[in-house]
Amino acid sequence: MAIKDYIRERFLPHIWCPGCGHGIVLNGLLHAVDSLGMKKNDMVMVSGIGCSSRISGYVDFHTLHTLHGRALAFATGIKLCRPELNVIVPMGDGDALAIGGNHFIHAARRNINITALVMNNRIYGMTGGQYSPLTGPGRLATTAPLGTVDQMFDVPALAAAAGATFVARTTTFHVKELAKIIAKAITHKGFSVVEILSQCPTYYGRKNKEGDAVAMMLRYKEATTPVGSKAKQENPQLLERGVFVDRQAPEYCEEYDKTIQRAQARA
Amino acid sequence: MSSNVRFVQGNEACVEGALYAGLDFFAGYPITPSTEIAELLAGKLPKRGGKFIQMEDEIASLCAIIAASQAGKKGMTATSGPGFSLMQEALGYAVMAEIPCVITSVMRGGPSTGVPTHVSQSDVNQARWGTHGDHSIICLTASNHQDVFAMTVEAFNMSETYRTPVILLFDEIVGHMREKLRLPEPGEVPLVERLRTSVKEGVNYHPYLPREDGRLPMSDFGGVHRYNVTGLFHDMWGFPTDNPKIVRELTRHLTDKIETNAEAICRYKSFFLEDAKHVFISYGSAARTVRQVVEERRLMGEKYGMLELQTLWPFPYAAVREACAQADSIVVVEMNLGQVVDQVKLAVDNKDRVFLINRFDSVFIKPENIIDLMRLIQGKGV
Ligand code: SF4
Repeated sequence: MAIKDYIRERFLPHIWCPGCGHGIVLNGLLHAVDSLGMKKNDMVMVSGIGCSSRISGYVDFHTLHTLHGRALAFATGIKLCRPELNVIVPMGDGDALAIGGNHFIHAARRNINITALVMNNRIYGMTGGQYSPLTGPGRLATTAPLGTVDQMFDVPALAAAAGATFVARTTTFHVKELAKIIAKAITHKGFSVVEILSQCPTYYGRKNKEGDAVAMMLRYKEATTPVGSKAKQENPQLLERGVFVDRQAPEYCEEYDKTIQRAQARA
Repeated sequence: MSSNVRFVQGNEACVEGALYAGLDFFAGYPITPSTEIAELLAGKLPKRGGKFIQMEDEIASLCAIIAASQAGKKGMTATSGPGFSLMQEALGYAVMAEIPCVITSVMRGGPSTGVPTHVSQSDVNQARWGTHGDHSIICLTASNHQDVFAMTVEAFNMSETYRTPVILLFDEIVGHMREKLRLPEPGEVPLVERLRTSVKEGVNYHPYLPREDGRLPMSDFGGVHRYNVTGLFHDMWGFPTDNPKIVRELTRHLTDKIETNAEAICRYKSFFLEDAKHVFISYGSAARTVRQVVEERRLMGEKYGMLELQTLWPFPYAAVREACAQADSIVVVEMNLGQVVDQVKLAVDNKDRVFLINRFDSVFIKPENIIDLMRLIQGKGV
């Protein structure tokens, strides 16, 4: 299938600002879905609220645009009722980890077969540049004109500790890697989390003097290194990219089906 | 026949009603005094291939059942006061996206954590006005277990008919007291099944284009029609819009689909109303006390009558107005500071004849509470 067949073309142009990383994430996602030859009717995308959440409007899947932070709770309802469907949940960093933090850790704990994409631009874009749980101390935002004092989450570490069985990180600079990792996350059985560093030149970039979109993406190139690379040992400041966790563990829907079998055998 | 008769709690009657109505999916978070509903369904649902999940909080629970409904299943959650407060955001979503689901709140006193284990009827206004924005809502209640069962089935039927969340409000006495419940035979009570679109694969399906009879046929997620569902104002394809005309029309639709059908939705019971000079209006467990008072006083020649409300929202203004037209006094009995009494005043002409007899100290209203105050209302002195 041509990539564009996965898109609702009539809703383009998209609403993202010029240079926004979210379009690259969409591109990577569509290449991933295409590489797996997935059928559109088998795909459900559930999003929350924010710039990230608008991604669901552009894909020609079953799409549920829900409430800020609650996408994974909705996704859990869909997945448990229709386990045969592929459920993908794109979220912003505030969406996934501030208001949605509770749902995030519990979806990971259950190891329910959902693919969660954390589109990390370190800012609240749609509401105009307030700091998020991933902005990081000393950074500037409209609600941190003097710099935040908030520490940030390490998304892969948090996801892994909470029980996610596939955990990865990539960036919008690494477009091929992005598509490959999302494809792996989709085929993984269990809760998979992919953190994607995605630039917001409009707010985070401008506030923190990181330059335009290209400059921000080049920064992703310079500031990251593959998981377990030698470069990381030499320069601990580098952020690792790639797959951190890829393990098998009982999946929630399958385990619940066993509960049903047990209940029915007893009855 | 006798095997169909059980001695149960009201919460169990609600569970039986939900299962009778075809419940497939329950998501919830434990909270007194509703918890038995979750506990019972955790065992009963898997036996029939349904699913139960204990979510991380109440809002997640309602989100999960909304999504389950969108995937084609009948969903319910159950909670109580503070949990119901947490659900309000998702309740608004179900209203806006027009997704059928049932929310049971077994009421406790508030605000905040309030009184968890005693009786109250505190969620009447929350059910109506808990969410932001303009919309209407359906809210049902019951005073005995046969009616709890019946209203639970009605809740599912109405949610499918009008594509809207329906709220069931029971109070703690009704939820926890045990009494007889006769389970109807399969087929004995009519069930409303989901209206699914007849539009074939490959033909454009508009999820929010009403049919001539006003109902919106649905298409399950995972089926042949792919479309968007959002909590934003949306066009007939389900895509976000801020077009003032669409915003206006959808707001009207969300209200009118319920208000214009109020007569079909409103359920109530009348006792001795034909010649009643003193009309009592009550609901839930308070109505049981009132009924006893009315029956006793009738034997003593007092023209007492009663209207028991089973639909709280849309408020049955017409029925209340009619029942009260000839009354010397109209007495609302409820266990809060007066949540239904305000609506009664809106319904009737003789507002100065409307009185409230209530308790809001977490203690059940006793017949003597009513009789003492009736002496004052009737000018008999204490
Ligand atoms: S505000 Fe930032 S995140 Fe939002 S669309 Fe614009 S660039 Fe993208």
